[in-house]
Amino acid sequence: MVLIYIDQAEQQIKKSSLEAISYGAALAKQLGVSAEGILLGTVTDDLAGLGKYGLQKLHQVSDANLNHFDAKLFTQVLTEAAKAANASVLVFAHNLNGKAIAPAVAVKLNAGIVTGANSLPDTSNGFTVTKTVFSGKAFAQINIDTPVKVISINQNCFGVHMQEGTCALEALSMAIPAASIKVTATHKVDGEVPLTEANIVVSGGRGLKGPENWGIIEDLAKVLGAATACSRPVSDSDWRPHHEHVGQTGVQVAPNLYIAVGISGAIQHLAGVNRSKTIVVINKDPEAPFFKAADYGIVGDAFEVVPALTAAIQKSKA
Amino acid sequence: MKLLVCISKTPDTTSKIAFTEGNTKFDENGVQWIINPYDEWYALVRAIEIKEQDPAATIHLVTVGEADAEPIIRKALALGGDEAIRINMQSNDSFVVASQIAAIAKEGAYDLILTGKETIDYNSACIGSMLSGLLDLPFVSLANHMVLNGNTASVKREIEGGEETCELTLPAIVSCQKGMAEQRIPNMRGIMAARTKPLKVVEPIAVQATTSIKTYDLPPAKSGVKLVASDNVDELVRLLKEEAKAF
Repeated sequence: MVLIYIDQAEQQIKKSSLEAISYGAALAKQLGVSAEGILLGTVTDDLAGLGKYGLQKLHQVSDANLNHFDAKLFTQVLTEAAKAANASVLVFAHNLNGKAIAPAVAVKLNAGIVTGANSLPDTSNGFTVTKTVFSGKAFAQINIDTPVKVISINQNCFGVHMQEGTCALEALSMAIPAASIKVTATHKVDGEVPLTEANIVVSGGRGLKGPENWGIIEDLAKVLGAATACSRPVSDSDWRPHHEHVGQTGVQVAPNLYIAVGISGAIQHLAGVNRSKTIVVINKDPEAPFFKAADYGIVGDAFEVVPALTAAIQKSKA
Repeated sequence: MKLLVCISKTPDTTSKIAFTEGNTKFDENGVQWIINPYDEWYALVRAIEIKEQDPAATIHLVTVGEADAEPIIRKALALGGDEAIRINMQSNDSFVVASQIAAIAKEGAYDLILTGKETIDYNSACIGSMLSGLLDLPFVSLANHMVLNGNTASVKREIEGGEETCELTLPAIVSCQKGMAEQRIPNMRGIMAARTKPLKVVEPIAVQATTSIKTYDLPPAKSGVKLVASDNVDELVRLLKEEAKAF
């Protein structure tokens, strides 16, 4: 049985978990076993409706003490649940929480793990998972050599797939161990699309000349429902907050569309964005290395091209 | 306060990536090795800052690697570690590496174990989490701020669209990313001192690997950029909609 960890925040299931369900359901079909989910805490979403992503059964430990993420506690609860359900493969989203607990759960289950998988494993001869390595500069095919296996999948690499179906619900009751951390404050930036969850990212670099010029980036992001990002020199100069820095040593993103404005495309920046499906580069320098990694490009002045592009997209959506 | 900082050796960020032996082995030819930037800039420097505030604190460094890892561990000592432990083996299996570090951690009874958020070669982000599973310790991942107060820590971690602050009692494990500290450059005094700091080499414990690398592949080359004239953004919108189906 394939057991998929369903991650929630503020009592809502994350988009990355819907993708993990789609992936886990496809893997279960490939292996000829059932696709089941495990959810910790209480959520307001329609749980039976998770069947339309391919989930057949959902095990829920509905204890409000589990509404705050706690890596050690969640590892303990998930390990118990996976053992009780006799799971042969566990699937996580390779998101912030997945990174924190999937390896620990693997250790507890004596399972081999591959984090950041890009596609379904090859199960024709063993169990081989492909992942990106060297910050996107290469792929590795890795065999998992243990009976129980754990995979976490890169965000936006498999997609959310819908089908017919409803999901059976099963309450799982267990003694919940004591919390190991206490969350004392949560700070969210209002109205901003989270960078790692975004389908579209609009990113600005030094070519924008100063923080006062970010309005054109924000306007373009707004018409696209996109998150905003920046290159390292921009965040190092405090033009933009550090959490917007995309690159090898900042945030790595893999959106459907990445629009880079006034970014030359240093190898370290490319390592943070090269898993994007489509890359658009707008730069006045035709020699900017980013054009070599781009799908579409415009050589031109960002201050003219970007507002025109914003208007054109607005018009196309009208 | 006893701190353990996990240090990994990785190729420099500008390295050209190539493979040998039928694409089964990373080609180390001409590769410049560095301390994994997350381990150095964030985990190690934060540990050094803690020691600067509390001179009674000790910083141990641990790395799993063969003799060719010594230059980077000496550099880490030059930045400010007190002593280093090198576990004499090379492995690509995160479980094997984490098990070696866990054995050292158990022996050393550390208050705080710091790792980088991931290495820039295998990008697995496994070691901190695996250590928490192996040692049954609280774990905060992707931390960008940490303040210690006696035997408690207040740590900020990244969440989708923001951050949260959590409090925990030591001992604990924290994986560090941007924001935690600022990059430093070793000074001459540090480099001289590092030559005589203890660097203990220990043999690995026996652990069975859970994964094996079958092969490496380089990504297919991009088919080439399609340039659109700067006065024809409507054409770009059409291509993005109809060809790339990007929105």
